Amino acid sequence: MSDITEPQIMPQGAPPSAAKPAMGAATSRVDGRLKVTGAARYASDLYGGANPAHAYLATSTIARGRITRLNEADARKVPGVLDILTFRNVGDRIKPGKIFSQKGYMGSSIAPLASDRIQHGGQIVAMVVAETFEAAREAAHRLQIEYAAETPSATFDSPGLESISAEASSREGEQPGEEKPKVGDAAAALAAAPVTIDQRYETPIQHHNPIELFTTACAWTDGKLTVWEPSQNMYGFQNGLAEQLGMAAADIRVISPYVGGGFGSRGSLTQRTALVALAAQRLRRPVRLETTRDQGFTIATYRAETRHRVRLGAGTDGKLQALIHEGWEVSSRPDNYKVGGTDATTRLYACPNVDSEVTIVHADRNTPGFMRSPPEVPYMFALESAMDELAVALKMDPIELRRVNDTMHEPIKGLPYTSRTLMPCFDAAAKAFGWSGRDAQPGSMRDGEWMVGWGCATSLYPTNMGPATARVVLTPQGTVKVQTAGHEIGTGITTVLALMAVSGLGVDIAKVTVEVGDSALPPAPVAGGSNSTASIATVVAQACEQIRGRIAGAAVAAENGPFHGMDPAGLVLVDGTLRASSGASEPLEAAMSRTAGGAIEAYAENIPHGVPEGALKKLYLGQGTLMGGAKLKDRMQFAFGAQFVEVRVNARTREIRVPRLVGAYAAGRIVNPKAAKSQLMGGQIWGVSAALHEATEIDRRAARYTNNDLAEYLIPVNADVQEVTTILLPEQDTQVNELGIKGIGELGNVGLNAAVANAVFHATGVRVRELPIRLEKLLEA
Amino acid sequence: MRPFNLDHAATLPAALAAARPVAGARVPPTAAPAQFIAGGTQMLDLMKLDTMQPATLVDINALSAAHGRIEAKSDGLHLGALVRMSEAEAHPDILRDYPVIAQTLQMAASPQIRNMASLGGNVLQRTRCCYFRDPGWAQCNKREPGSGCAALDGVNRKHAVLGVSDQCIAAYSGDFAQALVALGAEVQTAGPNGVRTIAFEKLHTASDNPHTETVLAPGELITGFRVPSGPWTRRSAYVKIRDRESYAYGLATAAVALDIQGGVVREARIGLGAVSYRPWRSHEAEAALRGKPLTEDTANATARAAFAGAKPRQDNAYLIDLGRRTLARALLQASRLEA
Ligand SMILES: Cc1cc2nc3c(=O)[nH]c(=O)nc-3n(C[C@H](O)[C@H](O)[C@H](O)COP(=O)(O)OP(=O)(O)OC[C@H]3O[C@@H](n4cnc5c(N)ncnc54)[C@H](O)[C@@H]3O)c2cc1C
Ligand code: SF4
Repeated sequence: MSDITEPQIMPQGAPPSAAKPAMGAATSRVDGRLKVTGAARYASDLYGGANPAHAYLATSTIARGRITRLNEADARKVPGVLDILTFRNVGDRIKPGKIFSQKGYMGSSIAPLASDRIQHGGQIVAMVVAETFEAAREAAHRLQIEYAAETPSATFDSPGLESISAEASSREGEQPGEEKPKVGDAAAALAAAPVTIDQRYETPIQHHNPIELFTTACAWTDGKLTVWEPSQNMYGFQNGLAEQLGMAAADIRVISPYVGGGFGSRGSLTQRTALVALAAQRLRRPVRLETTRDQGFTIATYRAETRHRVRLGAGTDGKLQALIHEGWEVSSRPDNYKVGGTDATTRLYACPNVDSEVTIVHADRNTPGFMRSPPEVPYMFALESAMDELAVALKMDPIELRRVNDTMHEPIKGLPYTSRTLMPCFDAAAKAFGWSGRDAQPGSMRDGEWMVGWGCATSLYPTNMGPATARVVLTPQGTVKVQTAGHEIGTGITTVLALMAVSGLGVDIAKVTVEVGDSALPPAPVAGGSNSTASIATVVAQACEQIRGRIAGAAVAAENGPFHGMDPAGLVLVDGTLRASSGASEPLEAAMSRTAGGAIEAYAENIPHGVPEGALKKLYLGQGTLMGGAKLKDRMQFAFGAQFVEVRVNARTREIRVPRLVGAYAAGRIVNPKAAKSQLMGGQIWGVSAALHEATEIDRRAARYTNNDLAEYLIPVNADVQEVTTILLPEQDTQVNELGIKGIGELGNVGLNAAVANAVFHATGVRVRELPIRLEKLLEA
Repeated sequence: MRPFNLDHAATLPAALAAARPVAGARVPPTAAPAQFIAGGTQMLDLMKLDTMQPATLVDINALSAAHGRIEAKSDGLHLGALVRMSEAEAHPDILRDYPVIAQTLQMAASPQIRNMASLGGNVLQRTRCCYFRDPGWAQCNKREPGSGCAALDGVNRKHAVLGVSDQCIAAYSGDFAQALVALGAEVQTAGPNGVRTIAFEKLHTASDNPHTETVLAPGELITGFRVPSGPWTRRSAYVKIRDRESYAYGLATAAVALDIQGGVVREARIGLGAVSYRPWRSHEAEAALRGKPLTEDTANATARAAFAGAKPRQDNAYLIDLGRRTLARALLQASRLEA
């Protein structure tokens, strides 16, 4: 076990070369200084050229029905108003587009200004463009809109819902993934099992609420469109927008140098972007849209509410004999969006009899989408709560229950895990946490007026990879440019890629420039599914290797040089020199003088294991092909972790606080342990947030959200986060990819909601099966 | 947000003149075309939401020289209306002699907001009811008299159970006012009809007419507060139960002040927040405790008396239980303090 060493503070933006940043060394972010000084330019800072006009949205106050009257007269009178887009002048000018998971690009297929129809609360009904933001906002408030409202179906249990099984909904073109993992006879095994659990669980609606709002700026020059918008999917936005506007993708450039939080909310295109492009075209002037916090709740995607029924059957030894996981997820009327987490929950533990089913429930809502660990957060809450209930029923330590069911082969098809370090994670975290001091009896631990509870749960996340491309340029002076249309969503990909160049080309990190966030660069996959480091670091390493190969090839061929006749594969670039294991060495500049031309430029493409050949062409069309996790035909690729939580519940007033979090994770090779630790720690904190705080409330009569601001949609503040311990275990995986990298972006928050619920049970004896866990659920205890 | 005129008033008469209501107009002060603005932390928020649409804002911050002082005297405490929350919460006399006041301020909002926000603006803060704040909801008697109340059968986990009616169940979520109401403070005002002093308990009006929130006349300015001294002010405490540890409105709060002599409660002052429609002094609870020793049993009995008249809706029935527990906790906590 190696705890991550405390990162040293780097004095300036780029760390000094003495610190020797390299792959695997804790390295400060290359863009850290820009970010903390406010110099980093986000898409929202980039105004779309000189003298932009400003746009403001009006959104619907009903969730279902039609617009019967839309009077613009008052709004048009506001000085400075330039244009008002409504269904009357937009109509079919913009094609709606298919959703991301159905091989499209959109977050929702609901096209807001296509007609007078309203299909969800807060749907865009008009976009006002004016000389100033203030005038646009005032005019939007002065629009008079009347509706013929129909009774909407808001959420589970509302009248008028329609359901479809995920299996039936799966049609040609949907992302791969098994809809209904099943093996053996789970029903019979459950009936025969000596110890059983049969419980229902529920998770709420959640919104990403990135701090950078959902802004867009568009400018046209000579029939070509430039878009500045926070994005996790440059080529997807470029191609999706081309499809919507009926133009060539090559004529669109999407720019998003830094992203002020994504969490999945910027992976698919929202309907606003095409509206801004259209407005800029109509006005022949750049247009910049700024949306409000509450509009962000309805014009983009969100994590849908889910329900689960989990049935477990076990022997008195704790070994699982039957596991049945059924899930229900809310989606919009037109789109069969689902996260479908049974892929992972049915394969986590050894169990001979497994069954599962996922059902999509259509309501009058916008289409949901990915949010950090989309399937794992809700589905692992259900499974890991049920496992804790099983441990209680068996009178078994919950860690031991995981141990007896640990496996190196998933149970459905018997496929091997490429690596799995789950139990060492439990052991390391348990030791750091002091788990051996736990009295298993609920309500037995007390500190003054606080009831103390300790809980734990498994985390896992699929190791995904997609095809990716990159260009690397090296000059004889040792400066490097790395170019790829990846996304700096705050996870630190720029630093990771700089470290790849440092390791591959032996240059100083201060001399490396990384360019991401621009569709004019070579394509990279969507920043989703925690694939970026594995996918892009691999291809950047390949490009660096091409460059090294060219330099080494010229060096061994040079009769008068020190490397003549050597095997070029044995030469490395390190510390600004070309070196052989014999000790022969030569400055980079001298070594490069033998290659034709000044700088060396290499372009690399990579297709990972299990991805079909045509995937690179698709990548250029903005269609990613992420592969990994349980989707591969020959093996299972996952990273694992163990989550431990201490909760305190006030014995009188029942408020719940979390003084301590310990997580241990094993995720292959860690390229930058400093950023990895931050990323996992952020996940742990988000896990607490998901367990105790985050929930979007919905008015069931109106199907509209009611707590759509950050004063009412709670996330933890500093006072809620006390001790957080993040442990990274070494793990070598020689199969997942050449470098042995697994993604960690979404590993930190999975299972934590269950760990909190399990700890709350331990503190109080009350099992809360519906998130968030709020104090009123504990008052009866 | 709509365009508005911003009037910087340099003096009290100038402020009153700028906010003078149109003769014959009959609107409650919150709907008057001219509105005062102090810290602006709420006013701007509601204007951006289009919930409030004043034609004129009268900036009263220049009055802070005359109405922005804290004076602690033997007969009581004077707080100017333009004292910032952050000033009052750290004032040594308040911390020592009126801890409940300091605590209500320390536990409110965030340091940034408290640096801006004035005490006068604070007591006039409007409800957080989402149906009120978002004009996209058609029904809200507070915003549109006679339109109905969307919260009655809507999302109402944080709505009030005390002092509610079928016209409005909105919670008053301010903290500071609970200390003022408990300690029997007075409000000093200046308006078109001269100056007057109002018992703080009478400042906010009842829920049967939710559109009118206070007894203030349009254009009437709060200049300050007077909190009388008493043998109970030092043994006082505020308990605020909320979903997260900081920067959150309360679910249930209790401001208590106790005069305990010889093991018996001679006088108890009790304000209940977040569970009530307006700043809520529970005379029933005070009476239930008076003359008794403060024990777990009497604390619980007092708490039951406080919520005897509570009226819950669908999602907020838990507030009765939580409110009782919160009050009992505050009483027991205060009883352990030195007088
Ligand atoms: C995110 C957030 C969280 C918050 N959390 C809390 C909390 O936990 N607890 C809490 O108690 N409060 C909380 N608040 C409310 C905050 O305390 C108030 O917004 C603030 O106290 C208002 O003071 P102000 O000076 O900024 O008022 P302004 O916004 O300037 O004015 C508010 C109202 O009072 C009127 N007004 C102001 N001064 C006078 C005067 N002297 N005479 C007559 N009328 C006047 C104005 O016309 C206006 O109607 C929170 C606010 C925000 C934005
Ligand atoms: S509770 Fe009051 S403020 Fe809220 S909707 Fe009803 S009338 Fe309006």
